[in-house]
Amino acid sequence: MKVHEFQAKALFRKAGIPVPDGDVAADAAAASAAFTRLGAPLAVVKAQIHAGGRGKAGGVKLVRSAAEAGAAATALLGKSLVTIQTGPKGQVVQRVLVEAGTEIAHEYYAAITVDRSRGAPVLMVSAEGGMDIEEVARKTPERILREAFDAEAGLRPWQARRLAYALGLPSPAIAPAIDLLRKLARMFLDLDASLVEVNPLVLRPDGQLVALDGKLDLDSNALYRHPDVAALRDKSEEDPRELAAAEAGLTYIALDGDIGCLVNGAGLAMGTMDTIKLAGGEPANFLDVGGGATKEQVTAAFRIIRSDARVKAILVNIFGGIMKCDVIAEGILAALRATGPGVPLVVRLEGTHVEQGRRLLEESGLPLITAGDLADAASKAVAAARATAGAATGAAR
Amino acid sequence: MSIWVGSQTRLLTQGMTGQTGLFHTQGALDYGTQAVAGVTPGKGGTTALGLPMFDTVAQAVAATGANASVIYVPPPFAADAILEAAGAGLPLVVCITEGIPVVDMLRVKRALAGGATRLIGPNCPGIITPGACKIGIMPGYIHKPGRVGVLSRSGTLTYEAVWQLSSRGLGQSTCVGIGGDPINGTNFIDVLAAFEDDPDTDAIVMIGEIGGSAEEEAAAWIRQHGSKPVVAFIAGLTAPPGKRMGHAGAIISGGSGTAADKIAALAAAGVTIVRTPAEIGAGAEQALRERGLLPSPARPVAARGQGVD
Repeated sequence: MKVHEFQAKALFRKAGIPVPDGDVAADAAAASAAFTRLGAPLAVVKAQIHAGGRGKAGGVKLVRSAAEAGAAATALLGKSLVTIQTGPKGQVVQRVLVEAGTEIAHEYYAAITVDRSRGAPVLMVSAEGGMDIEEVARKTPERILREAFDAEAGLRPWQARRLAYALGLPSPAIAPAIDLLRKLARMFLDLDASLVEVNPLVLRPDGQLVALDGKLDLDSNALYRHPDVAALRDKSEEDPRELAAAEAGLTYIALDGDIGCLVNGAGLAMGTMDTIKLAGGEPANFLDVGGGATKEQVTAAFRIIRSDARVKAILVNIFGGIMKCDVIAEGILAALRATGPGVPLVVRLEGTHVEQGRRLLEESGLPLITAGDLADAASKAVAAARATAGAATGAAR
Repeated sequence: MSIWVGSQTRLLTQGMTGQTGLFHTQGALDYGTQAVAGVTPGKGGTTALGLPMFDTVAQAVAATGANASVIYVPPPFAADAILEAAGAGLPLVVCITEGIPVVDMLRVKRALAGGATRLIGPNCPGIITPGACKIGIMPGYIHKPGRVGVLSRSGTLTYEAVWQLSSRGLGQSTCVGIGGDPINGTNFIDVLAAFEDDPDTDAIVMIGEIGGSAEEEAAAWIRQHGSKPVVAFIAGLTAPPGKRMGHAGAIISGGSGTAADKIAALAAAGVTIVRTPAEIGAGAEQALRERGLLPSPARPVAARGQGVD
């Protein structure tokens, strides 16, 4: 789960990690008032959306008066901000963060994530902060320093010390840096984070370290033990179809093609998408109904796929393990009866209760295209999608 | 023979009295697995499915001589259940549970390091030696005893592969689902090494997917140590890049983690790559035939792998 920068910074502050003073504002008046309260000669007005790349996209504005702060907020609020991470439609800005300006002597980078190969959390720091860190990773990977740490004990003092000295921090900043890095690691573990990123981590001319930006992703599987953090979820930032799917217990990711997919299991869902592509088609989505889906979930899955107007054919590929094929068949039939076929439907069932499932489909009298194996299913779906597209073009003429 | 599980395996189920635990323990019994006990705190002294129930794993092991455990415990309690099984000295623990917090698994991983317990999973279908022992949620009837080892990060994609193999008359020595979570107990290399040492495994089918670098590490291992033919499918060639990867994740993998990278690494290690799951069975048949491990063609091979050849 992602949270906004202002939420991440509130959690940083709670963990004892220095962040700039600031207020959240949802309108121009509040932004002006925030500037006045801060009492700084310079402030930053930052658009709050769940995506990076805001600076380059014009989502961060420097202001020198309460009036300028209000104007900057007006320019951002309610508008869609398109960054390299949002996709072409962008995200509508609903709030801005107004922060006191920070004097910068140097910009560093710090982040924590899980290193799968080591099976440990790892802290990464670099003296090349502020810029595109992926660029640093690609061109000069030796400038990113790593330290894996114990998931129980956290980052040990010597580990933080090693990194602080390796970064070449001036001596007055060493002790604060050790403190900050250890608190960052403790926060990562205590909040069940999957990513904590501070870019830039700023060294002020007075030797103080400040987290100028803050990004925090949380492990969705662990939210049950952090109800206060779970409450920070902002559903308006999420894709409505992905959200509807999640609420039905399904995993859905929208793609650009025209063949809707309904599959059980993430691996098989990806494999089905790959097979469609190999057969010359393009998948419209990834949709995993999971291992134990019910009739209601299958119906919900259909509704979500059908809500995508680009879908010209639907491919159902189910290999029944925990999920029984007859349950899937009942779900398909219930969905078809409720919404009508709409577009051609290719069904491939295999596994537990496959005979009952196939019989249900055959005896329904509904227009379904059945397929024997995955390759067959994919080529039939591609052909059906082309036929639908062709018919639509013909009708338009 | 086979790897890790067989007719000698005596299985206990942790979290047996839940709906999932009961259903799949019954499935194991039906398959002929020697299920000997169940563990649910508070249910000690009762019976379920005709098996004695115990309050703790240690009691169950002492009373029944169980030497493997399968875990169907809900996510908040699953990590502790793994540690309890390891604490009771069980050499094999299979955790089916999906949705365990990553930090819990990091702690489990550290606690198990250097110990005698092998953890398979979590978030996996389990492990099966066809005809002898089924531990987990896979449909038993699609499997057939034989000489192809199967290892996979996916559940249903494994069933797909197994079904294709069995349909072609290619039985399996053991099928291992290592699980789809970022942190798991047994990795590809552990399974590859076990298959390499197993005299009853002739060829290996490996199913990977995007994310992490387990496939690249497996490729490096195969290049150095692998003598048996390996056929691989990597799911996610068409998955949108970066959908679930934060900045730091991309840095960790150093630009790797894509299906294309994994395929290139495996192909360079001499692995036969199939581009769609629909070709796994044909690819395995082809690989076995090229090594002279199959009798003369029973029928023409429909599709061909596109690996190093």
